[in-house]
Formats: sequence, C-alpha cells, structure tokens
Amino acid sequence: MTALLTREVRRERAEQVRKHPPFRHRLSKLDSKVSPYLFVAPFFVLFGAIGLFPLLYTAYVSLFDWNLGADDPAFVGLENYRTLFADGQFWNALFNTFSIFLLSSVPQVIVAVVLAALLAANLRARTMWRMGVLLPYVASLVALTIIFGNLFGPQFGLVNSVLSVVGIPPIDWQADTFGSHVAIASMVNWRWTGYNALIVLAAMLAIPRDLYEAAVVDGAGPVRQFFSITLPLLKPTLIFVIVTSTIGGLQIFTEPKLFDPAGGSGGGAVHQYQTVVLYLYQSAFQQFDLGYAASIAWTLFLIVIAVAGLNFWLTRRAVR
Amino acid sequence: MKRPSFVVYGLLAAFVLGSAFPFYWSFLVASRDNSVLTGDFTLVPGGNFFANAVRVFDTIPFWKGLANSFIVSGTVTVSVVLLSTLAGFAFAKLRFRGRGVLFLFVVATLAVPTQLGIIPLYMAMAEFGWAGELESVIVPNLVTAFGVFWMRQYLVDTVPDELVEAARMDGCSLWRAFWHVALPAARPAAAMLGVFTFMQSWNDFLWPLIVLTPDNPTLQVALEKLQSGYYVDYSLVLAGTTLATVPVLIVFLVLGRQIVAGVMQGAVKG
Repeated sequence: MTALLTREVRRERAEQVRKHPPFRHRLSKLDSKVSPYLFVAPFFVLFGAIGLFPLLYTAYVSLFDWNLGADDPAFVGLENYRTLFADGQFWNALFNTFSIFLLSSVPQVIVAVVLAALLAANLRARTMWRMGVLLPYVASLVALTIIFGNLFGPQFGLVNSVLSVVGIPPIDWQADTFGSHVAIASMVNWRWTGYNALIVLAAMLAIPRDLYEAAVVDGAGPVRQFFSITLPLLKPTLIFVIVTSTIGGLQIFTEPKLFDPAGGSGGGAVHQYQTVVLYLYQSAFQQFDLGYAASIAWTLFLIVIAVAGLNFWLTRRAVR
Repeated sequence: MKRPSFVVYGLLAAFVLGSAFPFYWSFLVASRDNSVLTGDFTLVPGGNFFANAVRVFDTIPFWKGLANSFIVSGTVTVSVVLLSTLAGFAFAKLRFRGRGVLFLFVVATLAVPTQLGIIPLYMAMAEFGWAGELESVIVPNLVTAFGVFWMRQYLVDTVPDELVEAARMDGCSLWRAFWHVALPAARPAAAMLGVFTFMQSWNDFLWPLIVLTPDNPTLQVALEKLQSGYYVDYSLVLAGTTLATVPVLIVFLVLGRQIVAGVMQGAVKG
C-alpha cells in the first residue's frame, strides 16, 4: 500500500515537474536544444560569408563587364566566357598548368613511394631521418621560389654550371617552355615529396606483418612482395595523395609568379609558364578587368570540381 | 628486425642533403658579394652576410613584415583551433536535428577551392576600407572546413559519451562540458591543427600580395619586393630569404617531432 502510494505521489510529482519544471531544469533543456547550434554556428556563418559567398558571387561578377573602380558595371551575359574560350592565352595557361602538374605529380609519387620504403626499414635515429625528409615542407614558399629561381638562372645558375661540368650545354630555364615547366615542377617536387613520403610511410607501417611472413613462406622475394602486397594496399593512400595534390596543383601561383623576377605576372615573355591562377591575377589586379578574371576563376573552379569528382569516382572503383 | 644496409642510409642521406641544400645555397650566396657570382661556385661561405642582412633591413620593412606575419598567423591560428574544436565537439558528441546533413556539408566543402573567390573578396575588402590593413588577411581565414573535420574525427573516439553525460548529470551546461571535458581532451589534436594552420597562414602569398601594400606587408610580401626590378641583386635577395627562413627552422627544430607525427596521422595540406 505504501509502495503504491509513493508510486502515485512520485508520478504526480513527475507530472508536475513536466508541466512546470523548475527554472534550472528548463534552462538545462534549452541548453541541450540550442547550444549545439550555437557551437557550430560560428563556423557556418563565417564559412558562408568568407568562403562560399565570394565563390558564388564570382559567378555573378563574371556576367558583367566589371572594371575595378568603375561605378556602373554593364551586364554582358556570357560574353566574358565567349571571349575566354577564344582566348589563346587562357588555353596556353591551362596547358601550362596541366603540364607543370603532371611533371610534378608523377615523379613525386614514384619517389615518395621509394623514399617511404627506405624509411620503413628498421633505421637507427628513425625520427631524425623522418624530420630530414620533411625539412622542405616547413620552409617559406616565397623564399624557396626565389632560391630556386637563382639556382635555375639561365646564365650563372648553379644547375647550368653543374650540367656544363657533365658536358651538357646550358638550358635556358626561363625562356624555354618545357625547361621552365621542369624548373617550376622541380620546386613543387622538392617541397612536397618528403611530405607525401611520410603519408605513404604511415600507410606502409599499417600493413600487417603476417602478410609478408606468409609471402616469404610462399617463396616471394622482396620485389615480388612490394608489387603484390605493398603497392595494392597503398592504393587508397596514393589516390588520396594524388587528389590533394591535384586540387593544390591546379591552383599553382607562387612558383610561376616569382620564378623569374623579370617575368612578372605574364609568366615569361611569351607566357611560356603562365598558369591559370597567374593569368587570373594578371587580369584582375593588373588589367583591372574583374569581370573577365571572374570568368577565369569560375571556369577553373568547375575544372577543379570536375577533376576532384573524377578522382572520387576512380577511388570508389579502385576500392571496390 | 635486422638493421638495413649502408645503401639505405646512403640513399636517405643523399635525399636529406638534397633537401637541405637550397637553404645552404641561400646562405652561401648571402654571405658573399654579388661580383663573385659569375658561374664559378665554391661551397665555402664568405664574410658578407651581416653587411647583406643590414642592406635587407634598409631595403624592405623586414621587422614590420615579421611582426605582421606573427600577428596574422597567431590570430588566425587561435581562431581556427577554437572554432574548429567547438564545432568538432558538437558534431562528435552532441545530438541535434540536422547534425548528419550539416556534417556532410563540412566534408563536401573540404575539396572546394575557396581561394578562387578572391575577386568578390577583394571588392568586399575595398568596400569595408580594409584593403591594406591586417584585417583583410585575418578575417577571410578565421575558419576552415578541414579544421572542423579534423577535430570531429579526433574527438569522436577520444571523449567517451559517458563523460559528457556525467558532466550533464552534475549540472554542467554544455558550454562548461566543452570547456572542462572536451577542450582538455582535444589538446593533442588541437596542437597539431594549430601548427599546421600557423604554417599555412605564414606561407600564404596570393591573397596578402593582392590586399596588402609594400609598406605594411607580411613577411612573404616584403620578400617579394626584394627581387622586383630588372637587375636582381642576389646577395641581397638571398640574404632576405635566409633571414626569413631562420624562424621556421627554429620552429622545425623545436616541434619537428610533432610535425612528423601530425603528417603521418594524415594531416592534409592546404
């Protein structure tokens, strides 16, 4: 009986609390409901305002003949894009961007895998070696580009001096299209190879040892082990490395901008190493043609998204 | 596991030497005078480094650039780490309507090249009167999608749900649960995010070059001004790059071990 009574009383009290919860309780409920949104809000508000909105507004600007400082930009529809697709300098910049990207990504991935295999050995002073290969990554990009510009100088550069010792005639690393691409790609490679090697190394160390033991039992040598076990299991990591370097590589700017002090924003006398972002910079901030520059930006944006999407699709296929 | 042969050490040593060489070359050129730079090269430094360094200070506002870079990168780092941890905590440990969709949005924007929005951003900065001021390089970098993603992934496994619930039972507000439970637990990941954010901000060049002026630059923009013009005085320019490299080398010597660990845990570049 007492038990029943207390239960009833309890239920009554609970009911009361539900209807008129004490202030503290109500506050706590409000806290649970609202606080999560307050926690994520700063990110979404700021990201929307400074990340997404400018990107979308770029598409809007690209529909105008919009000059820096001019008051009344005229709506021109897709005129900027029509001009852009007939613009040889744009296609040239796109070619240069992809050329530099290929020259940097392909050798880089190969060397990174080899380097990771070396680092995966049971080394003495392991961390020191890992730090050693990461050294270029922390260096200031502007400083490095200036240093490499000096090393690849066409007249007195160290690279040509070394080549002449071996008997190779000097190469004009600035005037020559392919030469300048190689020089710029070498800066990218120098900076990122060690970094990517460490990412690959992390994936390599995660491969279970007994797979190799089983392979040894089956009589597979080190080379066979590498191609039949290591490489296939590294695939997702390699694709990740390639995707991130694609997104960065298509937006390359600092290296071509500073490669040759006299080259300026044109990317060399005949734009032989002008990249898309460099052309965008030149159009917007030296020719002050914001509408046209916006159409370059938006086109490049779509290319990056398309390439990233393609990468994603390939990843899905590769993983399956 | 047996120790590798000397061939492995030899190859690695060659690679590390190659990695370090451009730094040394920069110092080498900076320590000589320009007239000897005519193709013949020695690997012995000369005695002109301090004279060249003084010329750097006379040519560009080096110290101002250095101070500006510290202010900008410091502010950006604090903001990114704090806001990312806050949002990451909510995504990892709190239940709310729309959480899945909102987080999917964060993941989807990881690959979006926001750098391409610079034209409207420039218009906005001109409108606000921030062009040339440090606000213009700080404000656009206050948050990153990567930061939120990174902190969420870390907190989801590190902080037990029970801990947050226990804090709630004890009458903690969610804010206090964040401050006293999540933030201390997030410290290792937050530190790593901080180091990477700082380095990225420190190296940022395209946007500061657009909005800042030569008399109020970040270090990178100041360096660029050293080599403008048709005649490039390389002993001067490379003295500048050597000086600019010193702070990052110090950071690397102090934090190198953590940076290596961070990269290997899958930190993504810019």
